[in-house]
Amino acid sequence: MISRQLALIPMLMLPFAGKAADYVPIPAGQFESALAIAGHAAKLRLAAFSMRSEPVTNAEFLVFVRQHPEWQRGQVPSLLAGANYLRQWQRPLEPGESVLPDQPVTQVSWFAARAYCGSEQARLPNWYEWEYVGAADATRADARRDPVRNQDLLSAIEGTSGHLPGVIGTRPANVYGVRDLNRLLWEWTGDYAAMFPNPDARVPGSVANLALCSGSALAFADKNQYALMMRVAALSALRPADTAPRVGFRCVREPKRK
Amino acid sequence: MMMQRRLTTLFALALLSFVAVASSPPSSRVVADSVYAIPMLTLRDQQGQLFDFASLRGKPRLVGMFYGSCQMACPLEIEYLKHLQRVVAAGSGKSISVLLVSFDPARDDLAMLRKVAGEHHVWPPAFRLARTERGDEGMLAGVLGIAYRQLPGGGFSHNVRVSLLDAQGRIVAATDASGRPAPAFLRSVDEALKNP
Repeated sequence: MISRQLALIPMLMLPFAGKAADYVPIPAGQFESALAIAGHAAKLRLAAFSMRSEPVTNAEFLVFVRQHPEWQRGQVPSLLAGANYLRQWQRPLEPGESVLPDQPVTQVSWFAARAYCGSEQARLPNWYEWEYVGAADATRADARRDPVRNQDLLSAIEGTSGHLPGVIGTRPANVYGVRDLNRLLWEWTGDYAAMFPNPDARVPGSVANLALCSGSALAFADKNQYALMMRVAALSALRPADTAPRVGFRCVREPKRK
Repeated sequence: MMMQRRLTTLFALALLSFVAVASSPPSSRVVADSVYAIPMLTLRDQQGQLFDFASLRGKPRLVGMFYGSCQMACPLEIEYLKHLQRVVAAGSGKSISVLLVSFDPARDDLAMLRKVAGEHHVWPPAFRLARTERGDEGMLAGVLGIAYRQLPGGGFSHNVRVSLLDAQGRIVAATDASGRPAPAFLRSVDEALKNP
């Protein structure tokens, strides 16, 4: 009993300690994306990588801005982070009472998320990597054909839009050991801005079309993935300096060479 | 005599340092909406020369991105910019330099940059093709409104956008680099060259 309690201590301390992030291995695999390329489902083979088991938290991001003052609220150039950057924090270096240390950090721009991942020798996942891991649930590597699961994810997203996300880790991890991918928040991907370009990128006006929701739906090969469509539409509407209360991030790394 | 000379020197030094202090804040600080405010990005051009992106500050220029194995959009982008440079030179007698940075540094090594440069006959300082040596070219893409995504086949899905930067690095106009240069864009280039 005592040993169990002792074992819990490090876990309890984690959110406050500026811990080293926990990356879990994601094996290589075949995958069919719900996004279409030129009207067809994208079948791809993903190389192995490792992914943060949890989104980056307020506590972790605080450590980052302490070490990299150029990313503090008030210091960062407007081109790299909009006016609402980290606005939910009481002061630039004090998150304050209204947010929790182990809540995912949100209101961070794509630039800031990218810089954070770079600071731990990692990068933002690309969309396919995110989608591949996000397709899993606690028992299946690909749970996307389950209508109950799909409806459940959709309800979870609809109920919470516009608010800060809750704390991480309240639900079981998926088969890879990754938590909170689908329900808690939307996450930046490295290539989010290019998810729906016109197939002919040279058509005048195609830049503006990137942000159209109708464009998003048209580019989906699997129309049952409503929650995924909402995610993509939400991300596509943002410019990289924008921030939103429900948009945070996690990072991935190339696998360690043996 | 000696004293006087020393005093003169001191006075000159003092004056110099005053001028340096007085003039340094506006010129050394990157303005907040300048693309040169991105984190440090070290590039290498097709002649092998290393330079920091932010060191380009001081003159207006055209900045875009490309990738070497691109068959369609990027060759057209380069030819468009060459044409635009000729039109600007013919009209105003001034030159506007171009920088295109690869968003595929894994494959666009120096040999690839040279190959593309050779095919299009573009050379520094007027027309630089460059790859990232240190830093994150994705940050540059973000501030320039350039989006790209690697496709399963190895190619990229991307848009084409070339920005006209003023001397401070503010984006004053942009083009998708297709067709003929638009008169409004050409006017912006002329304006930028007139008021650097």
